[in-house]
Amino acid sequence: MLSSTISANIEESLLQGVNKVNCTSSLDINEPSLNSPVPIFSILNDTGDILSNCKSIIIPENNELIKMYKSMVLLSIMDKILYESQRQGRISFYMTNEGEEAAQIGSAAGLHVNDLVYAQYREAGVLLFRGYTPEKFMNQCFGNVDDLGKGKQMPVHYGSKNHNFVTLSSPLTTQLPQAVGSAYSFKRLKINRCTIVYFGEGAASEGDAHAAFNFASTLDCPIIFFCRNNGYAISTPANEQYRGDGIVSRGPGYGIATIRVDGNDILAVYNAIIKAREYVMNNTRPLILEAMTYRRGHHSTSDDSTAYRSKDEIKEWLDKNPIIRFKRLLEKNNLWNDQNEVEYANETKKQLMQSFTIASKKNKPNWREMFNDVYHEIPDNLLEQMNSLEDHISKYSDHYPKE
Amino acid sequence: MHTAINKYSLVCNATKNMLCGCFKRRSSHFVYHPERISSELGKTSKKNMYQAINSAMDLVLSKDPNSVVFGEDVGFGGVFRCTSGLRERYGEDRVFNTPLCEQGIVGFGIGLAVAGTTAIAEIQFADYMFPALDQLVNEAAKYRYRSGNLFDCGKLTVRTPCSAVGHGGLYHSQSPESFYAHSPGLKIVMPRSAQTAKGLLLSCVRDPNPCIFFEPKIMYRLAVDDVPDDDYELPLGKADVLIEGKDITLIGWGTQVHVLLEVAEIANKDFGISCEVIDLVTILPWDKQTVTKSVKKTGRAIVSHEAPLTGGFGAEISASIQEDCFLHLESPIRRVTGYDTPFPHVFEQFYLPNKWKCLQAIKELINY
Ligand SMILES: Cc1ncc(C[n+]2csc(CCOP(=O)(O)OP(=O)(O)O)c2C)c(N)n1
Ligand SMILES: [Mg+2]
Repeated sequence: MLSSTISANIEESLLQGVNKVNCTSSLDINEPSLNSPVPIFSILNDTGDILSNCKSIIIPENNELIKMYKSMVLLSIMDKILYESQRQGRISFYMTNEGEEAAQIGSAAGLHVNDLVYAQYREAGVLLFRGYTPEKFMNQCFGNVDDLGKGKQMPVHYGSKNHNFVTLSSPLTTQLPQAVGSAYSFKRLKINRCTIVYFGEGAASEGDAHAAFNFASTLDCPIIFFCRNNGYAISTPANEQYRGDGIVSRGPGYGIATIRVDGNDILAVYNAIIKAREYVMNNTRPLILEAMTYRRGHHSTSDDSTAYRSKDEIKEWLDKNPIIRFKRLLEKNNLWNDQNEVEYANETKKQLMQSFTIASKKNKPNWREMFNDVYHEIPDNLLEQMNSLEDHISKYSDHYPKE
Repeated sequence: MHTAINKYSLVCNATKNMLCGCFKRRSSHFVYHPERISSELGKTSKKNMYQAINSAMDLVLSKDPNSVVFGEDVGFGGVFRCTSGLRERYGEDRVFNTPLCEQGIVGFGIGLAVAGTTAIAEIQFADYMFPALDQLVNEAAKYRYRSGNLFDCGKLTVRTPCSAVGHGGLYHSQSPESFYAHSPGLKIVMPRSAQTAKGLLLSCVRDPNPCIFFEPKIMYRLAVDDVPDDDYELPLGKADVLIEGKDITLIGWGTQVHVLLEVAEIANKDFGISCEVIDLVTILPWDKQTVTKSVKKTGRAIVSHEAPLTGGFGAEISASIQEDCFLHLESPIRRVTGYDTPFPHVFEQFYLPNKWKCLQAIKELINY
């Protein structure tokens, strides 16, 4: 048997990898405590009333409130038109934002317009709120001559330099470490720009998420990691994605601050973003913001979610519709009524249908565009390939669309 | 209910009437050539490629109790339905979802294999396998070599959908086989049909080397064959001569085989050119002997693949033909491939090495 025990050592640690730490003589396994999950910040209840114990919250001006509401409705109508148009074979693919309108619009409203956005794909509302017009969304979905992305990508891969919204890429989570790099760049240049990066709880499982959190923390980057925890990654429920307390629980491990918010409560998201932005800019530190929400639609037009979730579950979330919740608040404050609703919805549909028709009739970009933008300038080997295609099309013109 | 939603059905109907067809799903760029029934393999049933792949995994799981199938969304059947019904039949500990992380999936699969478990990993799209490049190239490929054969991960098979599908754009269309072909130690296979998919997948699973099994996703539903119900294996590392010919050899794999089969028919019918068509089947290690023998006979060769020209596997094959068949060649070797650009969404029909581009190349080489 080993000799006597000595009292626990409380001298300052010489270990490089931890801060001031005590030693202990009791050998305990530190099991994670999942009994006290991080609470969800919310302002509105389901009936659209402001919870009585809400302290020092910011309520936007009336016209801003109405703009936020209209953006949510506009987004949801645009979604339905584009979703339906895919079903009819007019565009090749679509992904709706249904159920997550508050998370998108609330966060967009709380940011500054020159804050840089890196998104995943279910954040069309952020771009819409910044003034990217429905017509532009539709041009992208058709990949027509006026698509800013020049027809290169599948539908919903939007991007706009004017709106500080980096063009989307399908490979998940690649945008996270990139956003951290941008945040570091802004910090060094001492320009007052915040970077925000959106991602799903599924995407948070990728190695790139770890890289991003750790870089942001060790390199003191002013960035908001905005996780849309909508319960699913395609068919995989969140509880098969992680076993910790959601995505916020990762914060402490990386030394990163966190906020968890009700993603279906637009005022809560709005306030959380304002506070988060203030924190990251004042402290030059990252923050993980987890918005708890629900993906009400199918993952995409390639998916049928009834294969893996119950109708009852979807119905339960219908009552938590973030648009209705917000509308109730506006109605109670005489900022909106049924007549406004009907007029706005009808007018919006009319305009969107017009935009859709126009976008659908525009030509596709010329095929030579295929060789553009691979590099800054077209290298010789690509010119050669372009010429060979030119020659080929001239000989087999019947088999290609007319220019 | 929300009024904006209530009213919506009206808009939809109006949409239908107001708009003329602007986007038409283009029909596929090739004609599928079904496999012949091979009677020696017993009773067959009509299956498409995803069903044939499902049947192969079903057999592995039923015969090998130490085998598992996993990947993103695999539990409910996978986004292409390849694993449907398997979790119900074999249990959640053998057919399961993983977190969304490709490097994790492949690394985990290597570990299963090292411990002696047969591991069939699914990567949802070949375009999304790159996060696992390190695990595949530096780990799986080199496990046996670096350990002096003390350890290997031969029980690992990675399945992944690849290639053009009509509307996949940059990240649902790539054919990345040549990236992996630069990694000695891996076996790389791409089936052309439902029938070959089942036999080749069973061979990959049982082969004592780590294999990547690329599944041309456009064929999941479109490729329907008489597929033997029983267990059968098709040889890895062996190319198939599908049409014998004397004027020119056409070499391809995956979907492109069907383009070449159609081109051979057109060349023969319209121009009296006799094409020999070879499906390479295995990209690594590839069947040089069959290719060399064919080109020595025909004196001309075209290699065709969807992947970009530069550094594509066609470059490797062309170089080998040049070395081994130099004095037999009647014309230069030609590659008809995708361009050196990312895979573009709306320009897919211009991008692909379709039958007309192949036909033009054949005519030019014959008249060289
Ligand atoms: C690297 C990579 N792996 C897989 C995919 C395929 N994929 C596209 S979306 C998705 C699920 C993402 O779920 P989540 O991040 O929760 O976002 P949500 O769809 O719920 O908004 C998957 C697996 C991909 N696009 N990229
Ligand atoms: Mg999700």
